[in-house]
Amino acid sequence: MARDDVKTGYKLIGTRPNRPDGLDKVTGRARYGADFSLPGMLHAAVVRSPHAHARIVKIDASKALALDGVKAVVTRADLPTGLTGEELNLQDNTLAGEKALYDGHAVAAVAATSALLAQDAARLIEVEYEVLPHVTDVDAAMAPGAPVIREGVADYSVPEGMNGNVARYMEFGHGDVDAGFAAADIVREQTYKTEATHQGYIEPHACVAQMGEDGRGEMWVCTQGHWYIRRMCASVLGIEAAGLRVTPSEIGGGFGGKTTIFMEPLPLALSKKAGGRPVKLVMSRSEVLRATGPTASASMDVKLGMKTDGTITAGQVFFRMQGGAFPGMSPIGEALPCAFACYDIPALKHEAVEVIANRPKAAAYRAPGSPMAAFAVESLVDEMCRELKLDPIAVRLKNGAKNGSKSSYGPVYNVIGLQETLEAAKAHPNYAIPLGPNQGRGVASGFWFNHGGETSVSLAVGEDGTATVMIGTPDIGGSRASIGLMVAECLGIPYEDVRVNVVETGALGVNEPTHGSRATFASGKAAVESARQAIAEMCRRAAADWGIDAEAVEWKDGAAHPAGPNAGKHPPMTIGEIGSKMGSTGGPISGHHEVTAGGYGASFGTHVVDVEVDPETGRTTVLRYLVVQDAGTAIHPAYVEGQYQGGAAQGIGWALNEEYVYGTDGRLQNPIFLDYRIPVASDLPMIDTVIVEVPNPGHPYGVRGVGETGITPPLPAIASAIAGATGARIRSLPCSPPKVLAAIKAKG
Amino acid sequence: MAKVHLWASLRRFADGQEVVEVEAATVGQMLDALEKAHPGLGPAIKAGLSVAVDGEVIANNRAAPVAAQSEVYLLQRLKGG
Repeated sequence: MARDDVKTGYKLIGTRPNRPDGLDKVTGRARYGADFSLPGMLHAAVVRSPHAHARIVKIDASKALALDGVKAVVTRADLPTGLTGEELNLQDNTLAGEKALYDGHAVAAVAATSALLAQDAARLIEVEYEVLPHVTDVDAAMAPGAPVIREGVADYSVPEGMNGNVARYMEFGHGDVDAGFAAADIVREQTYKTEATHQGYIEPHACVAQMGEDGRGEMWVCTQGHWYIRRMCASVLGIEAAGLRVTPSEIGGGFGGKTTIFMEPLPLALSKKAGGRPVKLVMSRSEVLRATGPTASASMDVKLGMKTDGTITAGQVFFRMQGGAFPGMSPIGEALPCAFACYDIPALKHEAVEVIANRPKAAAYRAPGSPMAAFAVESLVDEMCRELKLDPIAVRLKNGAKNGSKSSYGPVYNVIGLQETLEAAKAHPNYAIPLGPNQGRGVASGFWFNHGGETSVSLAVGEDGTATVMIGTPDIGGSRASIGLMVAECLGIPYEDVRVNVVETGALGVNEPTHGSRATFASGKAAVESARQAIAEMCRRAAADWGIDAEAVEWKDGAAHPAGPNAGKHPPMTIGEIGSKMGSTGGPISGHHEVTAGGYGASFGTHVVDVEVDPETGRTTVLRYLVVQDAGTAIHPAYVEGQYQGGAAQGIGWALNEEYVYGTDGRLQNPIFLDYRIPVASDLPMIDTVIVEVPNPGHPYGVRGVGETGITPPLPAIASAIAGATGARIRSLPCSPPKVLAAIKAKG
Repeated sequence: MAKVHLWASLRRFADGQEVVEVEAATVGQMLDALEKAHPGLGPAIKAGLSVAVDGEVIANNRAAPVAAQSEVYLLQRLKGG
């Protein structure tokens, strides 16, 4: 249900023009990371550890280098030393140092004249390992006697005496929790677990890179953030950032997993060693699953107090999250503030530890930490609603955060739309459909902070009155169309007269990646400011032509108009007329804006799902699914709906099927999509959407980011629907058929 | 004086205080004043923080204004997908 029929006063915002990248994508013309090629290009392959934890005793590449066509091999010995902190972590993950820390950890890389030859050469690189004890499960890593996989990972926050695998500790809260529990009619406490899942982007990591002996180079890469790629590669390789020019390709999904580097420094290092010949490196799906960032796995204790009328009196959580073998990667800093963000509860205590384990270095994944936290808290809220026979939406309306509520993590909310999403969900026809045998309904709400961040945008007016916008945030989910609409609305010209290009690192100031649901918000805000600058300049040009003050000129409908009592009578001067003679009226007309964007509004959503569970097999079928989320203002409603549906689809996969399965040997057992089961179209119904619009006062058109919140509610909503269908509560994701069947049988 | 709220596990670096009052016109000045008054907070500040000023979360903008009566919360650095 989009708001296409609502009168907003906008001419273009809220419409659904064709997607600017649509034709390229459906015809195959769009150029993704692996589509780039250069003359003389070499191909790279990576040698990866088959052990979860092992000391690297020796690497012998002599047999590989003896092959005709093999041009270079790099190991950690080729990288600079002396790095610290996250830069050292990035380098350690790019190529293992003294130890391989997880199954799939890169140990060496080779470049050759063909991809097959490079793979053959990689097999000839001999690595001698001393296998060490490993641990992959978060609770096992916290257990007494667990192998401490890296000494000295604890930062300033970890109190004395904690387990040696704890890297970070966090605690906050407000109110008197003990008094809150004492005031409750029922107090319940449960433990919930989620497995690591992968972002599951369809396009594997891929890049072509070239670097000469002088340390200057160029890269074409599939990424969410090419300035991050530049900075991180420069750090890992010890080169100047300005010496590396990075151009982003079209991107086949990222979801947070392409906001960092994994293998990108390797082709640069290989190219330098191979005399500056360009090198292409494309990861296989298996490499993607084994060695690029999944999200964290989590083990979470939750305690809630509730009165019989549904009032929540107190809440408490203790989260344990592992983000791989590198500190700083598990999202406890996000999960804890998200845990109770949908509620206004007088007494809360949050506590979490980050744990390291022999798994790949986790990366961000769509609202990092929030889905796990929601699974724990929203599941227990649902359990208590069922116990007290309370309507789950009514309980959320009663306890839900509103404008002016003190958030669970401290600050007071300004203008938010949670209550509106709950009301819309309650009023939706899906919520009233009668359920049949073996069917159940689940409800959950979710939250994400959203983000602004470093942003630089330029706009140039063309000689024909069109406009070109240069942005630095790769378009993952429709930001080119949305930014084009906002610029066209501001300039008063047709949408088709605006072209938005994602440009390389040399063309703009530093931009943060497309992450945190920020691209349409922040690049859009900067693009509108750029357009306003161009409008001011065009008004000056018209004023000069008319011989009046610039203040006596106003801009509307794509033209300068005289305004005010002393402006005189002049026919409007269109952007096309101004553009056609700009060379003789003062030169090019452009606008530019750079900012660390603030004013992003928090995002809330509420989901309702109906499922049917086969009592013979435990298989869950999603019958219908409803996403209600506040978009602030939906610039291009089709893309907003796409984000809602995509988030829900990923969340459903996480809830029902997806999981990293490690063997007792510490090796990943399911590193292909046949065994790591993401949802496909035939698994899902059409996902219904309702766009709630509570405009964000921090954006000229009221935009809130919409990309992340949608993945948060499905985990608890699905588990609660299964509980409704079967009477069996699954507290450890995924709700796979064997697990659901076992729970049904255990219930008796 | 702006009131800066510390998350619980930071309080041991600030003599157990939950709220520290500092004279500052910007986020950068506020962080500098905090570290000067309580050097034990230095590692947390250097590790990177998000700051919420009057309800708005500011990731890393040291130039963002802080008013005399502002309510400021320190948060762990937030990442997004």
